[in-house]
This record gives sequence, structure tokens and C-alpha cells, in this order.
Amino acid sequence: MKWLLLSAALLAALLAGIVLGPAAVPLSDLLHSPIVIDLRLPRALLGILVGGSLGLAGASLQSLVRNPLADPFLLGLSGGAGLGAVLAIALHAGGPWAIPLAAFAGALLALGLVFRLGLVGGAELDPRILLLGGVAVGAFCGAVMTAIVSLAEASELRNAYLWLWGGLSGASWDGLRVVALCLPIPVLVLLAAARPLDLLALGEEPARHLGADLRAVKRRVYLAASFLTAVSVAVAGVIGFVGLIVPHLGRALVGGRHLRLLPASFLAGGTLLVLADTLARTVVAPRELPVGIVTALVGVPLFALLLRRWTAY
Amino acid sequence: MDRVLILDVRDVTFRYPGVARDALRNVSLGVSGGELVALLGPNGSGKTTLVRVALGLQAPLAGSALIQGRAAAAWPRRELARVVGVVPQREDNLFPQRVRETVRLGRYPRLGAFGREREEDRVAVDRALERCDVTGLADRWLWTLSGGEYQRVRIARALAQEPQLLVLDEPTASLDLRHEMELFELVRRLVDQQGLAALLVTHDVNLASRFADRLLLLSDGNAAATGAPADVLRREQAELVFGWPVAVSSFDDRPQITPLRRHS
Repeated sequence: MKWLLLSAALLAALLAGIVLGPAAVPLSDLLHSPIVIDLRLPRALLGILVGGSLGLAGASLQSLVRNPLADPFLLGLSGGAGLGAVLAIALHAGGPWAIPLAAFAGALLALGLVFRLGLVGGAELDPRILLLGGVAVGAFCGAVMTAIVSLAEASELRNAYLWLWGGLSGASWDGLRVVALCLPIPVLVLLAAARPLDLLALGEEPARHLGADLRAVKRRVYLAASFLTAVSVAVAGVIGFVGLIVPHLGRALVGGRHLRLLPASFLAGGTLLVLADTLARTVVAPRELPVGIVTALVGVPLFALLLRRWTAY
Repeated sequence: MDRVLILDVRDVTFRYPGVARDALRNVSLGVSGGELVALLGPNGSGKTTLVRVALGLQAPLAGSALIQGRAAAAWPRRELARVVGVVPQREDNLFPQRVRETVRLGRYPRLGAFGREREEDRVAVDRALERCDVTGLADRWLWTLSGGEYQRVRIARALAQEPQLLVLDEPTASLDLRHEMELFELVRRLVDQQGLAALLVTHDVNLASRFADRLLLLSDGNAAATGAPADVLRREQAELVFGWPVAVSSFDDRPQITPLRRHS
């Protein structure tokens, strides 16, 4: 029943993303209109993949660092990706792939740096070190990025700034294909870690006593979730709040067992992002809001509600 | 009855890195099926360290810690979890959970391929709930349980592992009299009826004396005494280890220790 609801919501969001838009497309022409086929459909599908990835990564990382307030971008990825993108913009790197590739490289660099910090002194990805390392790496990248932005020209600055708030306007079938190719392995890795993640919620030592090989599990989960986030940030910028709120929504809907929570977070994340993107495209048409603004505007009040529920525990 | 030695710790010496003195010195400890052994000693005497060495979480400097004849540290964690169930002193509950869900986690080391739950897993969970007398709580949220109920649920989770050795680290800390007694009775019953081996770390000397088959009294990393309660809980011994004057009496043929007032 709940799964039906989640799937129906995703389908409805997909439909809304295809039907609604500044250009009126008659329903009878829906499948023939180039606006739908070349623009709205790949964009909605990309929204599903990116939102789903962020939801899934958020749910996994919250359990990994044992902190319900963790967000995939908390671990420094947004800073690294932003730095990469801003560098590409400032250096006038050409081609449609320059910014995504630079952002992806920046995110991977930050990911590697935080991962390495998590192993310092024989620590096995200690959640505290991961969180603090993520914040530190993010802050460092942010400083460099702001330095570059402050030296850049005004028009470039606006581009860079908007890119940082995220958006799906760059969606294309080619980009969609690349993303679709990147997802299966990390998604499977995370789903396979569902049981050990259940144990990890009890604490590291209890999880070990129950038979979890934490060393391997933690590395796998960290790398897979971060990779998903890096792919998302490369194609859609920094879309905040999806990875933070969706896992809580998922827990409220299907409970805390990761075998259910992880797929539910993927579905809910996809739904939320496509809806947010549809809003971002339509409310100020023909102009467009960065989708990260919409997710924050919707997400913050929603999150406040969830926090109230949280204190009831 | 022929008892099988499950935990065999021999002459273990252990020292934490960067610390000048040994945390454990030549300590031995054996626990067999159908036997309840209590580990006693003042704070900082090495009880938790000994348990960690016994479970393979710390490698000893000298000596050996064997579980079913195999070095504890050499066991893959998942395989070890099928033999040893541990109820650690502390755990968190990051996200809200119901009793049955948390007991189900005990099946993790025995789940089949792809972590699928089979009929035998459901049966084992039901049986564990029943043995710990928490079947009626199965659908309750963990945070609604009392301290005593929660401890019984945690033991049920360890039993769902279907272990041969149960290790409990101060399971009755902060429990009231009735819940403490219920817990000791439960552990004793499991040992007698299921033939489990049990290692119990506790500060309750008198209950340990009444329920355990053997005691190991640790003092400053050394085994001060080991054996039947009557041999371990002698007055001079206890006064020396605990650093407080005591009187020893007898109840149910087991020694009972009463700490004395200093100026009485």
C-alpha cells in the first residue's frame, strides 16, 4: 500500500513535470511535441535520478555517520564541486561538458580528501572525523571559490552563483544516459549494505557483536553514497535539503529498516525533486528559479515539522 | 554432564598503547556450556578489557584467547556472532525501533543469501522473545520500555543469534531489585535449560555469588582469585581487592558480603 502510494506519487510527479510548463502543449500533442520529448521528458527523468540519488545517499550517510541531521553535502562534496565548477567558469572552459566534469572532479577530490582524513591515525571512518573533516574541506573549498568569484567578472559571477543553487535546465538525453550508467553500481552497493546499516544504528561495538564487518561496510557505503552525490552535483549543481529531508520522510512512511528505507528514499527523493523543478520552471515563467531555492523553500518548513516529530521520540 | 569448553582465555597479558602498566597480567578464564561464570572486580580492574580480549576485539600481548579452539581475533565477525551473543553495556537507538525489529537484528549473522528472512528466522525471533518473557512487548516501541524490560529485550536479541556463549556486560546496572533478580533468574534459567555458557560482568558481588557457578575476581589487572564462590569471596581477599572492610556471612550456602561502616 505504501509502496503503491510512493510509486503513484512518483508517476504523478513525472506527469506533472511533462504536462506543466510555460509553453502550452495540448494534451493530444504530448508525445509528438519536441518541447516534451527533447526538453521536459529528459529533464523530469533526470530529476528522478538526481533526486533519488540524493535521497538514497542521504539515508545511507545519516546511518553511516550516525547523525540524523547529516546531509550528503555536509561531507564537503558541495564545496569541492562548487570549486571545480567555478574554476571551469573562470577559466572559460568550453563545451557543454566542461562544468559538469570540473564539478565532478572537484567533488571526487573533496570525497577523497575527507575519506583520507577519516582514516587518519588508524581511525576507521570515525563519524566525528568524517563530519568535521567534511565541514573543514567544504569551508576551505568555499573560501577558494569565493576568492575566485570575487575576482571574476559580473556576468560570470552570476552564472557561478546560480549554478551553485542547482538546476536541471542542462538536462539532455545524452546527460541522462551518462547519469543512468553511473548509478546502478553505487545503488546496488548501498542496497546490499541495508542489513549492516540496520546494525550500525545501534552503535559500532554492538554492530560488531552482531556480526557486521564494519570496516568494509563503512568504506563501501561512504564511497558509494559520495559517488552518487558527486554525480548529482555534476549534472544538477548543489540541490540542498533533498538528501536531508527525504530520509526522514521515508522513515515516517516505511520505518527505519534500510531494506525498505533505502528504496523508499530513492522514490521519494525523485518525486520531491521533479515536483520542485516543475515549480521552479513555472512560478516565474518564462524565467526560472534555481531548483535548490525551491527545495529549500519547501524543505525548511517541512523539516521544521519533522523536527517537532523528532522531539516526540 | 559432559561440558564443552567454549571460551578459553589463557595467561593473557594486555597493555593499552602508551600506558606504562599492564591492563591485564597472566589472567586465565574458561567458560563451558551449562556454566555461568561471573567476572567481578572494582572499577578499572580490567573486567571490560578482559571481555574485549576474550571477544577478539583486542589482541593480547601474551597468552591466548580461544573461542571453540580458534583464536578469537581470527574469527570473521559474522561467524563469531553465530557462536557468541553479546549484550554490551551501552547501545544507542539512532532511529525509533520496535521490540520485534531490534530482536530481528540478532538474526543478521544467520541470514541467507541476499539477507532474505526465512521461516526459521521468524521462528528463532519468536522463541527468543518467549524465552526472555517479552513476547507481549513485541510491538512496543523501544523507548516506551522500562530499564528492566529493555535489558530483557537485548538479551532476546542476543539469543536470536542462537549462540553457545552469552556475554553480558553489567546488565543489571541501574535496575531495581525486582528487575535485577528477574534478570539473574533469566540468565540462570538459560544456562540450565539451554546449556548455554554465560559470562556475566557485574558489580553485584552477592547476586553473582548466589547465581554463578564460578567467579573470577580481578584486581588491578591480576586474577586475585578464581573458583567457586566460597573460595573466592573470603574476607581478607575481598577487603584487599575492594579496599573496604567487609563481613562475610552465608545465605543458601553461598557467601554474602556486607560492607562495614568505618566507625561502627
